[in-house]
Amino acid sequence: MKHTATHGSEYRNISPSKPNQRWGREEETEIFAQNVRRFRQAKLSEDDFRRFRLQHGAYGSRLQLNYSMVRIKVPSGEINPEQLEKIASLSESFSIGSAHVSTRQNIQLHWVQLEDVSEVMRGLVEVGLTTREACGNTVRNVMCSHYAGVCPNEAFDATPYSKAIARFFIRNPMCQNLPRKFKINFACCEDHGLVRIADIGLTPVIKDERRGFRIYLGGGLGAASFIGHSLEDFTPEERVLPTCMAAIRLFDRHGNRENMARNRMRYLVHEMGWEKFQKMVLKERSIVEMTTAVSTAKLFDVKDNDGPNLPAETMSSHSLTKLPVLNDHITPEGSKYERWVHTNVVPQKQAGYFTVFVTLEAGDITANQLRILAGAIRELSTEGAARNTPQQNFAIRYIKGEDLREFYERLMSIGLGSPGALTITSAVGCSGTTSCNLAITNSHRLAKEVQRKFIELGFDADEDLRDSTIKISGCPNSCGQHEIATIGFFGGASRIGNAMAPTYTMLFGGSAGEQGNLGKAIMRVPARRVIDTIKEIIKTYKNEKHDGQTLNQWINRIMNGEGTGDIRNIEDMKRLLLGVTQLPSIENEPELYKDYGNDVKFTAKTARGECAA
Amino acid sequence: MNNIHTSNAATEKKAADSTIVGAENYELPIVCDIDILRTLIRKKAARVVDVRKEEEYKQGHIPTAVSMPLAQVLSKDSEGIVDILESIGVSDKLPVIVYDDTFGALAARVAWTFQYVGHTNTSLLEVTFSRWKDSGLEIENQINTYPKTTHYLNINQEIHADVSYVENTRGNTNMILVDSRERLNFLTEHIPGAKNIPYTMLGSNGNILRKPDEIKRFIENRGLSSESEFITYCGSVGTLSGLAYYALKLVGIKNVKLYAKSFREWKSLGKPKEEFTDANYWDLSAE
Repeated sequence: MKHTATHGSEYRNISPSKPNQRWGREEETEIFAQNVRRFRQAKLSEDDFRRFRLQHGAYGSRLQLNYSMVRIKVPSGEINPEQLEKIASLSESFSIGSAHVSTRQNIQLHWVQLEDVSEVMRGLVEVGLTTREACGNTVRNVMCSHYAGVCPNEAFDATPYSKAIARFFIRNPMCQNLPRKFKINFACCEDHGLVRIADIGLTPVIKDERRGFRIYLGGGLGAASFIGHSLEDFTPEERVLPTCMAAIRLFDRHGNRENMARNRMRYLVHEMGWEKFQKMVLKERSIVEMTTAVSTAKLFDVKDNDGPNLPAETMSSHSLTKLPVLNDHITPEGSKYERWVHTNVVPQKQAGYFTVFVTLEAGDITANQLRILAGAIRELSTEGAARNTPQQNFAIRYIKGEDLREFYERLMSIGLGSPGALTITSAVGCSGTTSCNLAITNSHRLAKEVQRKFIELGFDADEDLRDSTIKISGCPNSCGQHEIATIGFFGGASRIGNAMAPTYTMLFGGSAGEQGNLGKAIMRVPARRVIDTIKEIIKTYKNEKHDGQTLNQWINRIMNGEGTGDIRNIEDMKRLLLGVTQLPSIENEPELYKDYGNDVKFTAKTARGECAA
Repeated sequence: MNNIHTSNAATEKKAADSTIVGAENYELPIVCDIDILRTLIRKKAARVVDVRKEEEYKQGHIPTAVSMPLAQVLSKDSEGIVDILESIGVSDKLPVIVYDDTFGALAARVAWTFQYVGHTNTSLLEVTFSRWKDSGLEIENQINTYPKTTHYLNINQEIHADVSYVENTRGNTNMILVDSRERLNFLTEHIPGAKNIPYTMLGSNGNILRKPDEIKRFIENRGLSSESEFITYCGSVGTLSGLAYYALKLVGIKNVKLYAKSFREWKSLGKPKEEFTDANYWDLSAE
């Protein structure tokens, strides 16, 4: 059904929103409020309460357990305009007036008073959202590539499968008390998606006209990271659920429940050896298939169409619609709109439609921005929904070519018209010391500083840098996904004499996708020198590159010891960067002993992490 | 989005009409709904006070309203406030309804001031001027004046707290200090022992205050007893905390006071503060 509404003087169609999927349950909000009161009255122990709280998506805030980070699950990253508006008003009422897009397609509200968490949950339920099992030892938000359904290279749209898996496992008794958290990621194609860094990763494929997936097990980022192993060449769609159930059951039975630091499934796989684990999964899957009741299996309900009728796909990867104003060379001095189109818009497989990326800074967006964005989606996207991305931006799909400028102008009116969403400038940063107990450094602010500086320098318009990424975590635990970045950083501290300075360990050569690699640690860099260090790397690359080599390719060559200029290998690179990365004494450079956002001397304060509670 | 509190406007209207009939000085509720106000305006039985800037008033205001900008009220002492009431033709018992266009915070501060000098029959309009206008309700442009009246001065210390009173709340579990500022300001620094109920929690959907049962739930969730004494404060002159004052009154809390000089005075006097410096929470804001 289409309605019309006025915008300015012209009439516009309003696309119906994607239907509300009702992930939330009202009774859970009341139970949460009751348990907060029982905890405050000391009728519920701290440990029991913590477990309960995390199961319901409320994470303790940095050194202040009276406040929570409320993690809103957004299954497959798909979120409709009413949900965005509700998050806007909840963030104003109970949080800090901004919401935060995470690297796993969650949306987080920070610094919510513990006593108000149930109120946030109440509001979320009204629009079908939930925080259930967003933290704790459960199946976390099930991710799906934000290109799924519009990607020219995908075999089919994985989104219905991703949602069905999420639906099957949420509140499922089999995953209420796992040894540790469990992550499932769906891709659309070989290139897009994080299938190798999840407990279970799935890429859709078609074989002999049958739908199925390539499934990877035992990957994941953290203090010790692993790339997932390929289970088999092809898993037909009817075996997707039994395969996932088998992996979770094995993890539940054999996972390490003693050592919290080493109890993700990837450690189990590593310790047991892949071949053995693989055999066990295949065997367990047969048992699951033989013993699962039909009524249970039916709960895995893949609905192929749960939204408005969308235009059919008409394009193959060879005949994509050209971007409307696509010049080969965009210059930072040229039209702002063209620069934005070039760095934030991609054609879809549906002829005439585009996916637009909204550039956020480290995933932060204000309540007002959310509201205007919701309105723009309603009026300009045929899909009636947004997807959030692991790059901490929003992807708005099904925008017609003739509406791109209007969409851009609406973004500009609320300060969201920055270019670079699909380029090196869109740096990822976890929440760091802005709210996390484990963080050592202010990675969040650093990501924002990197983005601002690099847009100012016009790096987004530079084709050579486009396929490179920068990702920053505030500690080794990888929420900022630093190990899959071209240039990644994780926070730490370095001591010289009695003085402590915030520093980052820099990694090179990580990548996502099915051929994904983990980056390798190169050297430490003072926090305040990270930007200069990246600039120095880019300057050297510009001098040395040849044959249209991109920065990403150049770095990978050096990682393999195959550089052809003055910088041949990692050792050469370290020597080159020593000047800029050296940490002088506090007397010589006192500024290097302060982190971003702090006027006072740096101290490395952390508290107990709650990931493992 | 919901419209203006539609809860049971019809019944309330009936009630309002029947109470007003023949009664010159209708006793106002804490928050005055649109229907009551329109009835009172029709019967010329109330004074409507617009506390926005004078230029805004001149461009259109609620019928019969007089202009009395917040700044003018803040510049006066108690006698001066009584002079104001007299100058806008308010007699001792006349219903006074105050509105603004700043989510009720400026109106709350002025209403509280009128009540402080003794004009108890004062109420806040349930919506802002923008909301009134957007709902298609009557607007007029003329500048209204009324014959001067006389009004008594009867200071109500029960609703006022000064700095030494606030200092005495320390350690007294029956006295609850409420900080109405936004979360990040509160985290940065606040009066020791204060509880944070940001003003942003209090209104919704164009209503300056939520429904009482919601506000009541917020208080109960915090484990606070409505039998306690509450003292509200905010950052500078008691506007945000003025709104909090009325929110607490609305849910039936008997003993509420406003620390009108608020945190600005507290800081300038060098009183102790609680600060939280272990996190860079300001960097999370996308503002």
